[in-house]
Amino acid sequence: MATQHSRSAARLMMAPAVILLLGWMLVPLTMTLWFSFTRYLPMRGDSIERGLEWVGFENYVRFIGSSSFWPSVQATLMIVGGVLLITVVLGVLLAILLDQPMWGQGIVRILVIAPFFVMPTVSALVWKNMMMDPVNGMFSYIWRFFGADPVSWLSDASVPSIILIVSWQWLPFATLILLTAIQSLDSEQLEAAEMDGAPVLARFWFIVLPHLGRAITIVILIQTIFLLSIFAEIFVTTGGSFGTRTLTYLIFQRVVDSQNIGLGSAGGVYAIILANIVAIFLMRIVGKNLDR
Amino acid sequence: MGRITLDKVRKAFGDVEVIPPLDLTIEDGEFVVFVGPSGCGKSTLLRLIAGLEDVSGGEIRIDGQDATMVPPAKRGLAMVFQSYALYPHMSVRKNIAFPLRMAGLDAAEQERRVKAAADVLNLTDYLDRRPGQLSGGQRQRVAIGRAIVREPAAFLFDEPLSNLDAALRVGMRLEISELHKRLKTTMIYVTHDQVEAMTMADKIVVLRAGHIEQVGSPLELYRAPRNLFVAGFIGSPKMNLIGGAIAKQHDAATIGIRPEHISVSPEAGDWKGRVGVSEHLGSDTFFHVTCEGIGEPVTVRVGGEVDLSYGQTVWLTPDANQLHRFDDKGLRIA
Repeated sequence: MATQHSRSAARLMMAPAVILLLGWMLVPLTMTLWFSFTRYLPMRGDSIERGLEWVGFENYVRFIGSSSFWPSVQATLMIVGGVLLITVVLGVLLAILLDQPMWGQGIVRILVIAPFFVMPTVSALVWKNMMMDPVNGMFSYIWRFFGADPVSWLSDASVPSIILIVSWQWLPFATLILLTAIQSLDSEQLEAAEMDGAPVLARFWFIVLPHLGRAITIVILIQTIFLLSIFAEIFVTTGGSFGTRTLTYLIFQRVVDSQNIGLGSAGGVYAIILANIVAIFLMRIVGKNLDR
Repeated sequence: MGRITLDKVRKAFGDVEVIPPLDLTIEDGEFVVFVGPSGCGKSTLLRLIAGLEDVSGGEIRIDGQDATMVPPAKRGLAMVFQSYALYPHMSVRKNIAFPLRMAGLDAAEQERRVKAAADVLNLTDYLDRRPGQLSGGQRQRVAIGRAIVREPAAFLFDEPLSNLDAALRVGMRLEISELHKRLKTTMIYVTHDQVEAMTMADKIVVLRAGHIEQVGSPLELYRAPRNLFVAGFIGSPKMNLIGGAIAKQHDAATIGIRPEHISVSPEAGDWKGRVGVSEHLGSDTFFHVTCEGIGEPVTVRVGGEVDLSYGQTVWLTPDANQLHRFDDKGLRIA
């Protein structure tokens, strides 16, 4: 009796939170779904009050048929993949470095985390104007110092530049998670491997890396979710030109620049599907890794 | 071959000298136990021999060759750690084969040696499991298996049984002794448990604060402890150490008498006392007797079941031949 009472009481008390969260998620989702099946051009006078014209899958067909769709998917995957690769590899190396006892460890660790606290817009502006600017940027000075012609990063090497900026932002996150994982490694295991005749690289490959496996999958999972929707970095730097138009950015252009809400919503639904495919894929890997 | 010689080996962490210069020889095929209270430097000494810590001075020789600066892997020693230090993501088979794989042996030879080790240690059925799926005793055996496949010059054990429960510990103690008899390889074993030391060792090294207090066979240490520390540390229950007037009668600052060398009588004897708590083990009975003129209660061990009630007056008589005498510096008087 008591448990049943407390169970229904618990449900009652959780209800506000659950309803709020559901509403928060479901209302925009339903509206996006609805708009994606309608012709909704506010500049041509379409509005919800006057009723939207139902057009079926027309928006979906047009969005996917557009010449910028596949390049945008490609750009998205390239940026996400590049950032993941850089943050995981450098994150592991930095974590190992920071795990070594050294003078000023506390301050160095805080400094390493710092980029994570900088707003994406701000960090993109800083990179654009202070580092990558072909005239006044830090890089241009270095290039000129060595007698080379400065590179106009954001137009000539736009995708790598975006990857660099976003990696800089996410490296602290990866480092932090990997550092805590590395700290939990039993030092006796490393000593045992040393006695067993494993040189430094073998110890890294056979002991440290498998130990980090779980943390690495978590880093990949969380970062992928956030990286699929990066926007500010692109908006501030290239504005989607020079091959940096990701799926997210394309949707933004369809809705805001072209004022075609129906078409943009269809793109949004594609993005949801893409994110879910990636998520399912990743969850399986993580699940496999967490089972052990 | 596994003859290990320590020549004035010294270890200091910064300004703190953990092990003052120390000499010790471990003969080939010997089972040597380092025993002492926690913090006495016994584990550090073992790690110095293993090469996991660098010595601050002195020389370590293995089979006559200077190994002081040789990296751990090249010393030909295998170590079993307190936490077992198994590789959690590898199967038992891969764990045991790891040193062979690192040595670059071919797969067939690896498999043959892993099989042989698994046979010796009763691990054949568990080869494909992961360490996480094994019990404490089985993990311990995997750790030993990983050590024996290398066919090392000597085995180093760092408190290997302290994570096991009491019943398993007795079993594993026997298995390790058995293994030593079969392999006839030098073994160095670190423990704080004097029972493990007494039951397993050919030679016990009693350590305190980095100093060697005494080296000898278990019975030598039992019969003739060189000083008060060894006298109090070796033997269970502890030796009774009595000072004051009674010690003076024997021309000593302190006398020691083991509980098993005291006889109890309800009628007559040397020391009069009252029975306190008694512990009945079935095979033995321990009495804690408060005696006149002796500060601490005297522990007495009597074979079999003896019934003496709490508060009863008894007379104790120490066996004069088993009396240990110590001078005012705590050293044994011959």
